[in-house]
Amino acid sequence: MTDTHLDPDVLRALQEVMEDEYPTLVDTFLADCEQRLQLLKQAGDATQVLETAHSFKGSSSNMGAIRLADLCHELELQAKGQNLPGIEVLVAQIDREFAFVRPLYEEERRRSLCASVTARR
Amino acid sequence: MIAVQPALESLTILIAEDSAADRMLLSSIVRRQGHQVLTAANGAEAVEVFRLQCPQLVLMDAMMPVMDGFEAARQIKELAGETLVPIIFLTSLSESEALARCLEVGGDDFLAKPYNQVILSAKIKAMDRLRRLQATVLQQRDQIARHHEYLLNEQRVAKAVFDKVAHSGCLNASNIRYLQSPYALFNGDLLLAAFTPAGDMHVLLGDFTGHGLPAAVGAMPLAEVFYGMTAKGYGLAETLREMNAKLKRILPVDMFCCATLLCLSFQRRSVEVWNGGMPDGYLHSLATGKRTPLTARHLPLGVLSPQTFDDRTEVFPMALGDRVLLLSDGVIDTCDDGEQLFGVQRLQALFAANRQPDALFEEIEQALRDFGGVARDDVSMVEVSLLEPAQLNPPALVYSDSGQSCPLDWSVAFEFRAATLKRFNPLPYLLQLLLEVHGLRAQSGALYSVLAELYSNALEHGVLGLDSGLKRDASGFTRYYQERNARLDQLQDGYVRVHLQVTPQGEGGCLAICVEDSGKGFDVERVLERPLDPVRLSGRGVSLIRQLGRNASWSDDGRSARVEFYWKALA
Repeated sequence: MTDTHLDPDVLRALQEVMEDEYPTLVDTFLADCEQRLQLLKQAGDATQVLETAHSFKGSSSNMGAIRLADLCHELELQAKGQNLPGIEVLVAQIDREFAFVRPLYEEERRRSLCASVTARR
Repeated sequence: MIAVQPALESLTILIAEDSAADRMLLSSIVRRQGHQVLTAANGAEAVEVFRLQCPQLVLMDAMMPVMDGFEAARQIKELAGETLVPIIFLTSLSESEALARCLEVGGDDFLAKPYNQVILSAKIKAMDRLRRLQATVLQQRDQIARHHEYLLNEQRVAKAVFDKVAHSGCLNASNIRYLQSPYALFNGDLLLAAFTPAGDMHVLLGDFTGHGLPAAVGAMPLAEVFYGMTAKGYGLAETLREMNAKLKRILPVDMFCCATLLCLSFQRRSVEVWNGGMPDGYLHSLATGKRTPLTARHLPLGVLSPQTFDDRTEVFPMALGDRVLLLSDGVIDTCDDGEQLFGVQRLQALFAANRQPDALFEEIEQALRDFGGVARDDVSMVEVSLLEPAQLNPPALVYSDSGQSCPLDWSVAFEFRAATLKRFNPLPYLLQLLLEVHGLRAQSGALYSVLAELYSNALEHGVLGLDSGLKRDASGFTRYYQERNARLDQLQDGYVRVHLQVTPQGEGGCLAICVEDSGKGFDVERVLERPLDPVRLSGRGVSLIRQLGRNASWSDDGRSARVEFYWKALA
């Protein structure tokens, strides 16, 4: 079920690379996402949407948020086509998807913190 | 020296990425691979960090606020100059147009999101190899440039030394025109000219085998022999023998020197030629328009042993304004675009087309430029004209002694017999002896000319019995000198005696020269009846002696000649 939203292999690899800093990475990503969602919702023109969607897509894919990355890619295409109704629909979908994955990442962060505390004992 | 570098060098890598999470992730990956990380959140920051900390490699996001990755990449490449600072673009761009733009602004590679550690590591390594290769190329380029500069400097120094050795030359005399590259010395081309004590002019155009310093090294001793012996009054034969022996001794077997040596006599109006291995020179008679080729009849200098070396020369008459043209093989071997040679025929076509003898030299230069397209630096040409002796100003000889020990009351007598007459030229010794007398130095040219005439008259007309009447025309002139060489070769007996007597007279003095020979003598009355005519080819010696010396007289049926020189108190 979560596999269509989050890629567990990517998460495992991230944890391995980041080690103790994994929770910070997750925090940073979530903060980035919130900032970008705000930008998308307030965006005045398609170009701004395009740029935000592009970097949103990049970090989502790096963080294993598969569906979020796909939706951002879709939004990029709509923005490029200046399709305003399409943009509106997709921003709403992205908002919902983020609301869905956010608790999953928070859970991931908690789990990692415990594991590292356990490991240190 | 190029140090052997470790397989994986720790690099300082700049990560320019606006997304904080991506920047953090990438920094961790790169750090884990053993590199130092610098970060920037936009293009402008990236340029600033690069300026301050000079990272060796840049990972650059394409789309960033403030200044995008494309502009930042362009500025960083400009700052880096010749040093290769690889830039890997981080991108989730998929359109080929955008990817192409990354390369256009100077990017070296891409890395797509999501990041793959293995690929990133491989790309960093590949870029590091490229970076080091470029550094090596630059280092070697600079090394080559330094070596080249060093070589040029060596050549400058060698040329300066050579110019000192050759300083006494008279290539700037008014009757000489020449074309030679300033670095001809290092192509083995050599052009020398100097006045003899009698006011004759010796000219040598030589071409050493080989190039560069080896060719130049041989030129030094050759020039020293040429200038030294010419200044002392040695003739072509002795000078050639000495040059050949010296080169034979010092040069390796595969090195030698093709050369043409000329002795232009302005008094006798003749040119004596020896050509060893050079292209034909040309003697141009203005009156007839005829060009007599001066063909190589000998092996180059430095090939034969002193015992087998052939110093025989040819002598040709010249009229005022006649000229001799010598050229190096660079002239004939000049190639056009199609590797075709300029060749002797094109040269002769130029001769045929020439209307103004004075313009010929430039016409040949122009034709070579038109034909070859580029100026070669191994083209050497020299043209020497016969002028009135008065039109030339041989430099005054410089003497280093003070004059306190000058001998003023003495006499000496020599007898040179057949075996000596064949090989030995006593004139330089006699002249050096006489120039110990300071009062005679001002007249050294006339003295030498008269001594040379008396000696050659005694040898050629007296001992060898040659008829000066032969020299009435140009072909007889050549025959005369062929006959002279042949008779000298076969000479069994006979002698030339020279008696010199120096006596002081008040503050000045008098020199009496007496030359006797073992020949049949001649009809003195008849020869002396002729008017003093310096232009006729035959019998000029007698006119010359009577003009340059005092109280010239002949006795014993012409077998004994006597002439005097006087000098006054020295200022």
